[in-house]
Amino acid sequence: MKAGVFALSRSMLGSLRDLAPIVLVIAFFQLVVLQQPIPDFFNLLIGFFCVVAGLTFFIYGLEMGLFPIGGSMAYEFARKGSLFWLLVFAFALGVGTTVAEPALIAVAAEAAQVAAAGGMIDAGVQSQMEYASGLRYTVAFSVGFALVLGVLRILKGWSIQYMIVVGYMLVVVMTFFAPKEIIGIAYDSGGVTTSTITVPLVTALGVGLASSIKGRNPMIDGFGLIAFASLSPMIFVMAYGMLV
Amino acid sequence: MGFWEQFADITLSTIKDVIPIAIIIFGFQFCVIRRRITNLRKVLVGFVYVVIGLALFLLGLEKALFPIGRLMAEQLTDPDFIRSWSDSSVAVFHWSDYFWVYIFAFTIGASTTIAEPSLIAVAMKANEVSGGTIGVWGLRIAVAVGVAIGISLGTWRIVTGYPIYWFIIAGYIAVVIQTFFAPKMIVPLAYDSGGVTTSTVTVPLVAALGLGLAETVPGRSALIDGFGLIAFASLFPIITVMAYAQIAALRTKRNKIVD
Repeated sequence: MKAGVFALSRSMLGSLRDLAPIVLVIAFFQLVVLQQPIPDFFNLLIGFFCVVAGLTFFIYGLEMGLFPIGGSMAYEFARKGSLFWLLVFAFALGVGTTVAEPALIAVAAEAAQVAAAGGMIDAGVQSQMEYASGLRYTVAFSVGFALVLGVLRILKGWSIQYMIVVGYMLVVVMTFFAPKEIIGIAYDSGGVTTSTITVPLVTALGVGLASSIKGRNPMIDGFGLIAFASLSPMIFVMAYGMLV
Repeated sequence: MGFWEQFADITLSTIKDVIPIAIIIFGFQFCVIRRRITNLRKVLVGFVYVVIGLALFLLGLEKALFPIGRLMAEQLTDPDFIRSWSDSSVAVFHWSDYFWVYIFAFTIGASTTIAEPSLIAVAMKANEVSGGTIGVWGLRIAVAVGVAIGISLGTWRIVTGYPIYWFIIAGYIAVVIQTFFAPKMIVPLAYDSGGVTTSTVTVPLVAALGLGLAETVPGRSALIDGFGLIAFASLFPIITVMAYAQIAALRTKRNKIVD
């Protein structure tokens, strides 16, 4: 019990240290640059305490739940040797974690507004909603596709450089052909797909796979899934903008 | 809305986010792998901790950080504020008049990245896998510097109005060149670090800054130019993480020569 309290207070201190820079930046700009009082100090204090406690809990749960389950599933899939089910799992994980992502829903709705303002689609509510959900499914599919490709890469030991460079070239080439309004959104869509729960899980999966397969180095082969998951939406969203 | 109501609200929406993931994981575990999970209870408790932690984290951000951060982004991009620091008496601002915006972008980008939970997760894993060669703090600081450079450059782009793809393509070229020279071990991790930087903490604040700026600067449209900051924030960490490894490798080499 005593050891637990000690560990908890130590990780609380760690979270405090992680958050200190934000507090300093906000305080400096509020007091020195904008020269305004801190509004609603009491709420601020409560909120800050929640953030510290939340970060502490999250990191605890990460090591207890997300990392072990990601690693053990990777190990089991590798032991079972069923490529088909592993790829289905990767695809499902990619689509399932992305399609309901709140950040993506927000971006898709804004993208529909941009498209309507640019005259690409009708300005009506109906067509905007259709455009937004089409975009959402496109991004979700692209993340599923990216994880499948990334898992195949780990299994086969392909080197990541060439795949990423080809991806970059695709992005660059498509930039010249895609409608101008969609480019900013396409570039941003890569960043919004990878949520706080997906990242640890996918990382544990990749590293676990690379450690369970003979001849793979977890450092060189295990990382890289997130990179695919943030690159492929850009390509798919631009393609969506060109086709719709 | 009361504190507890808000907490319940956010917890519910976090649970909603976790449910698809839980269904996929446990579905495959029971239907395909068909083996009992070792320490099932511990894993489940871990999931509960993750949900509670994330909900508290988001609630705290919503209560403390985002309102003041958004307000700040609005105030810093307000023409009256910019005029009060500007020497020029002309009506049209020079890009250098926005200097507080760039400084804010840099510092808020770096500090929010340090607190980004998914980056902490990846850094912990990288430290474990590399056997301690890659320090948790080294990686986090390298990524934070990358985000800081990316976002301040992104705000400068909104002010000057240069097309976004110039920067992205130039960044890609830098990444490709560095890939050939950086230690092999770091390359996949560096690529990954681009995607992990932008989740819960950074995106809302950065989006507010981009939108505020696009509304203030004449000739920019919030809808078109407000986007793109996140892309900057995910590209530049790749460059700085590889640079971090290159510098570390260089230093070891030099030490060896001295020995």
